[in-house]
Amino acid sequence: MAIDATAEAEKAAGMPQLDFSTWPNQIFWLLVTLVVIYLVLSRVALPRIGAVLADRKSTITNDLAAAEELKQKAVAAERAYNEALANARTEAAKIVAQAKAEIQKDLDAATAKADAEIAARAAESEKSIAEIRDGAAAAVAEVARDVAGALVATLGGGADAKTVTAAVTARLKG
Amino acid sequence: MAIDGEKAAGGLKIEPMEQFTIKPLFGDGPIEWYTPTNATLWMGVAVLAVTAILVLSTRRRAIVPSRGQSVAEMLYGFIHKMVEEVAGHEGLRFFPYIMTLFMFVLLSNLLGMIPTSFSTTSQIAVTGTLALMVFLTVTLVGFWRKGIGFLSMFWVASAPLALRPILAVIELISYFVRPLSHSIRLGGNLMAGHAVIKVFAGFAGVMGVASVVPIASITAIFGLELLVSAVQAYVFTILTCVYLRDAVGDAHH
Repeated sequence: MAIDATAEAEKAAGMPQLDFSTWPNQIFWLLVTLVVIYLVLSRVALPRIGAVLADRKSTITNDLAAAEELKQKAVAAERAYNEALANARTEAAKIVAQAKAEIQKDLDAATAKADAEIAARAAESEKSIAEIRDGAAAAVAEVARDVAGALVATLGGGADAKTVTAAVTARLKG
Repeated sequence: MAIDGEKAAGGLKIEPMEQFTIKPLFGDGPIEWYTPTNATLWMGVAVLAVTAILVLSTRRRAIVPSRGQSVAEMLYGFIHKMVEEVAGHEGLRFFPYIMTLFMFVLLSNLLGMIPTSFSTTSQIAVTGTLALMVFLTVTLVGFWRKGIGFLSMFWVASAPLALRPILAVIELISYFVRPLSHSIRLGGNLMAGHAVIKVFAGFAGVMGVASVVPIASITAIFGLELLVSAVQAYVFTILTCVYLRDAVGDAHH
């Protein structure tokens, strides 16, 4: 018996893994261990980690979608801004054109009025010049008649006034 | 016992395999199937660690995760993606199962790196059970989902007819070798790393000032073993997914 035990001990010391007397013990405790780990993992750990990962994925997806939406909104806002700017520009151009037209109209009216006044004044001046000229012509004729009459009288002619006048008038015309 | 004592007196006494011994936690009695042992203790620690990493850290369910929650989410996403890409969309039904395997293997590997701890995944009994579970799951699910058509994966339709029986034999053998390679790859890697560290530690104990050499080596190997711990957990899991694809996927390779 003692020799057997020693041999057994030596064999165990050589390679304890091959000491089959301990195998049922190891296998039993291994199975217990695996069952416990399996229960812990399948009941608690794995569903929990899986849920966290899924949560994170959906959060990221949602955030990306929200970001995309905000980007769309920003683009729309920019478009609206540009549109408003263009509208304002058109309006401003319209107002400027209108103002220009009004000013032009006023200017035209003022110019026309000034032209009319100038024309009226010119006509008036012309008339008075004509009057003065006519007056002068008449005066010249008178003076010529008088001078002619005086000359005729002085030279001893007895010409009557009617003949002198006719002669002077003829000469003035000629 | 007397022989052991003499060896100890001789100075250099390295027992790299001693660390893998299963011991009862309480007393010195025989190890029955229900006896709490050091393996039980470290499996329990692994359960607590998994719970802390995946449950406690996510208790706030934050949209913007904390550091701990990021780690939990990263592990979740990593395995989820692996299952979906390797085993196919149908394989996602087995996601909790595969996540359980991955977290247990990863945490057991890493906890085993704590000095004086016990590395449960260096035990063939443990890795063998894990691999056999995967093997049985794949086989049962395959027959349940595809019926007798599951056997068509051994009949390589794309090969010339004459070669198919030979290939079928090879495929069949490789199918049944899977749990063996699946378990020994993990257990062997872990055991070898721990044994090497222990050997160097034994040298460090008797070399005096020159111990800096083995201690530096232990540091380097420790880093390597951390890598191995993570990589082996990854390999174990992705192979599980690959095997599962045979059972749930539509396409065969």
